[in-house]
Amino acid sequence: MIGNVILVDIALFAILLAAALGIAHTRSLYSAAMLAGLFSLTCASLFVVQDAVDVAFTEAAVGAGMSTVLFLGTLALTHSRERVTPPTRRVPALLVAVGTGVLLIYASLDLPPYADPANPVQQHPLTERYLQTSQQEIGVPNVVTAVLASYRGFDTLGEVAVIFTAGVAVLMLLGRLRGNAAGSPGTAPAGGLQGEHRVLRVVAKLLMPFILLFALYVQFHGDFGPGGGFQAGVIFAAGIVLYTLVFGLGHARAVVTPGILRMLLPLGLLLYAGVGVATLLLGGAFLDYNALSPQDPVQGQHLGILLVEAGVGITVAAAMILLFYAFAGRGARS
Amino acid sequence: MIASGYNYWMAMALLIVGLYILMSHANMVKKLLGLSVFQMAVFMLYISLGKVRFGTAPILDSSITVYSHPLPHVLILTAIVVGIATTALGLALVVRIHEAYGTTDEDEALALDRKPDAP
Repeated sequence: MIGNVILVDIALFAILLAAALGIAHTRSLYSAAMLAGLFSLTCASLFVVQDAVDVAFTEAAVGAGMSTVLFLGTLALTHSRERVTPPTRRVPALLVAVGTGVLLIYASLDLPPYADPANPVQQHPLTERYLQTSQQEIGVPNVVTAVLASYRGFDTLGEVAVIFTAGVAVLMLLGRLRGNAAGSPGTAPAGGLQGEHRVLRVVAKLLMPFILLFALYVQFHGDFGPGGGFQAGVIFAAGIVLYTLVFGLGHARAVVTPGILRMLLPLGLLLYAGVGVATLLLGGAFLDYNALSPQDPVQGQHLGILLVEAGVGITVAAAMILLFYAFAGRGARS
Repeated sequence: MIASGYNYWMAMALLIVGLYILMSHANMVKKLLGLSVFQMAVFMLYISLGKVRFGTAPILDSSITVYSHPLPHVLILTAIVVGIATTALGLALVVRIHEAYGTTDEDEALALDRKPDAP
């Protein structure tokens, strides 16, 4: 049983290593971007082997979906061919990388044995708090959601703020092109597959409601199974990205307008922080959801987690769609 | 002893390849790809530390007693989404640099800067 797991691990790592070396070797940046997508999907499989289903879910949606699309979008705007890397760059980099590797291997000898139940991380009192006490305190079967939204809610608020900031920064860099009013109603929809690939268009149209429905399921089922606001936001965005790729930016912008997205981007963050302020006003600590329902603290936790995850989902979805629009819109105008 | 650390070492091997891509290539898109590989290797190491033998995903059920540690999962799943946001920021900068210099190669961009008659 354990032997088989090791074989699966090693096989997956072999694919990862081959993909990473392929990225290093190839001079075609399109190939490198596609290899990075393969790399991410294989990483997601490896996360499942290591019991991190929530992480695998996120990585599959982000790494293999959004990230590849953004890299391809960048390549469409720039060069897709890299020039030959001279040995004057290769040799010092190789020396530093190998030196770092030797140091890491030396340091790894101090790490606890892999997957040993006696490891410090498994023996720490916090582990019991998360895996046992959380059922009475929060009552959410998916411990990852309980820790993400409640125990470490303040931390997650910071992460959402980072996503918001990155979204704003990309909009500032790529949003407008010197007052050019392209993309106004009436201009032809940019990109998309006009009149060709009928099968693709029909299938994409059929899949759209299911993708968006699945995103909502992931959003609201995150308490009981893998999922939550981060995954749901990215899957929702991936649905819109698929629509844009097949039907063109103009049509997508008519359905999900950038104006609404620009309002939703801060709205999610404000909803999250607003829950914190509400708990403060109700006499609790910041993001202490027990204050939302003093008679039944578990009910308060459920309500708090629902609202906070909704905030995360809104900001992540808006940020991802805006990021994609920014790259795609730049290409359509130039 | 050899089997006890194999998962860490495989993550470290990926980390080294990522670091090499990041440092050796002058092309900025390639650098960001290397950074992604590097980032994933760090995530892999983190997740490895939470794994426990015969454990399962930390979604509680009365029929299961051993779970892997949920904390690394929480930290890494948010880090992945933050990672794509920051990668997108990097790519946006690459696009703007390409518009200003006509190249995505850092050596060529620096050479343009050093030219005395540069605009």
